[in-house]
Amino acid sequence: MSWETVMGLEVHLQLATQSKIFSGSATAFGAAPNEQADAVDLGMPGMLPVLNEEAVRYAVKFGLGIGARIGERSVFDRKNYFYPDLPKGYQVSQFFAPIVCEGVFEVPLEDGSLFPIRITRAHLEEDAGKSVHDAFSRETGIDLNRAGTPLLEIVTEPDFRSAEQAVAYLKALHSLVTYLGISDGNMAEGSMRCDINISLREKGSDALGTRTEIKNVNSFRFVERAIHSEYERQADILDSGGSITQETRLYDAEQNVTRSMRSKEVANDYRYFPEPDLLPIIIDADYIEAVRATLPELPGAKRARFTADYGLNDYDAALLVPNHALADYFEAVVTAGGAAKPAANWILGDLTAALNRNEIDIAASPISAAQLAGLIVRIEDGTLSSKLAKQVFDGLWAGEGDADQIIEARGLKQVSDTGALESMVEAVIADNPDQVAQYLAADEAKQKKLSGFFVGQIMKASKGQANPQMVNELLLKKLNDQS
Amino acid sequence: MSVSPQDVEKVALLARLAISESDLPEVTERFGRVLGLVDELNTIDTETVVPMSNPHDMHQRLRPDTVTGQNDRENLMASAPAQEQGYFLVPKVID
Repeated sequence: MSWETVMGLEVHLQLATQSKIFSGSATAFGAAPNEQADAVDLGMPGMLPVLNEEAVRYAVKFGLGIGARIGERSVFDRKNYFYPDLPKGYQVSQFFAPIVCEGVFEVPLEDGSLFPIRITRAHLEEDAGKSVHDAFSRETGIDLNRAGTPLLEIVTEPDFRSAEQAVAYLKALHSLVTYLGISDGNMAEGSMRCDINISLREKGSDALGTRTEIKNVNSFRFVERAIHSEYERQADILDSGGSITQETRLYDAEQNVTRSMRSKEVANDYRYFPEPDLLPIIIDADYIEAVRATLPELPGAKRARFTADYGLNDYDAALLVPNHALADYFEAVVTAGGAAKPAANWILGDLTAALNRNEIDIAASPISAAQLAGLIVRIEDGTLSSKLAKQVFDGLWAGEGDADQIIEARGLKQVSDTGALESMVEAVIADNPDQVAQYLAADEAKQKKLSGFFVGQIMKASKGQANPQMVNELLLKKLNDQS
Repeated sequence: MSVSPQDVEKVALLARLAISESDLPEVTERFGRVLGLVDELNTIDTETVVPMSNPHDMHQRLRPDTVTGQNDRENLMASAPAQEQGYFLVPKVID
């Protein structure tokens, strides 16, 4: 049977506030256990939550960023369940009236086309603490530093049909929230975690199959692999006439399988009710407009501008834009006089490769935007061949100064002087009479091949500094003069 | 609304309440009476009424995003039954 995958995603996004959503504790990553948890976070009796204004602003920013409707009156609810890292016995979340309502997010695919994903809602909630299972032999350790960290849970409609679409959405979402500055998007530290609701149905059918939920996948690569592995599992069951059990599963990256979470077998029944300790959040039109005025240029608009203003193709724009710092670097190179297309090529090619090799972020690039622009100018004006340019690039990377200084110091100027090149060409022809004879006897196609030998000799004699285009022209002329 | 002993057992489990076998019939009966009252409330037409999430006619005040908390771990953990290396300890939870 041929199956179609149907998926909806839930992303838990950690908001980049300094303090927690309902208390004044710090949210910084990496503190010693329980040093950033106060009486509110611990759920001590009599403690009352006070809402963080920045968390509200970030949620509204996100809503405006995807063109969603903002809930003018949103309400917190209690989601009731027992787990040791949830001290109050309930999580404060939003169930009935979320702060961000329906919207559509346009996700760019690799071919440059846009793929609309319907956003169902996004709501504010507090994170739970962390359970440490392997540090103690007979007990579980509880660290409540993360308890009360503000999260925005972003829920989509079941609009995904492939792992590639899901990953494209997550990457676009990551780019959007880092542009908005509402999250650091650090997946390794858990700032963006993804739950995947996945079911299969016969191709061509409109009905939805029974779904499973894969919880807490925290990298793009794992999302892709978890989806493929869960697809295989469900397809095997359905192909052999079985049925899918609705359940929560975890992705085990080491074994590349999903596993049932047995502890969650009791059907989820959270008995939501309005949180009596918090009042409704009222958001009026003035507030929305004030937040809208602070929105930066967003990735979609920037992609369009990069193709229109700089003549980049969709592919280059799609690679430059998602990383805000990379896009800024590109614009700085162009502003400093580097031509746009070569600038994109150098940034996405040699520079990115060198940064990745050395695990350096673009923001800390040892080659400044102005220096790269200086290199590009010298290629465009014919001073450097592409081969020499690579040497100058290496010099820039090594901190030997700017392009002109390196060209001077390393003596890398391309030789474009006709007189000098002519004598080099003549010398090579005089030194290789056999090859000349061979060349002259050959047919046109073969001649083309044989001329490579002479070019190679000349480039060698000039230590790579001869202008290859001019060498070619002079060589052909001189060789043909021999006949 | 009638409620079965199984419903009561399920709700008790979710709320982590221990109800003994002998108490179950009485709790079921009382539980059913409360739900009967709710049924009566449900007969009122509330079509045009906005659900009340809080009895106060006010909206949420917000606080500025500043860190005011100090590390007070020692104090806050003083009453914990078990702790080690800065962690609260609970009986082993296996997922």
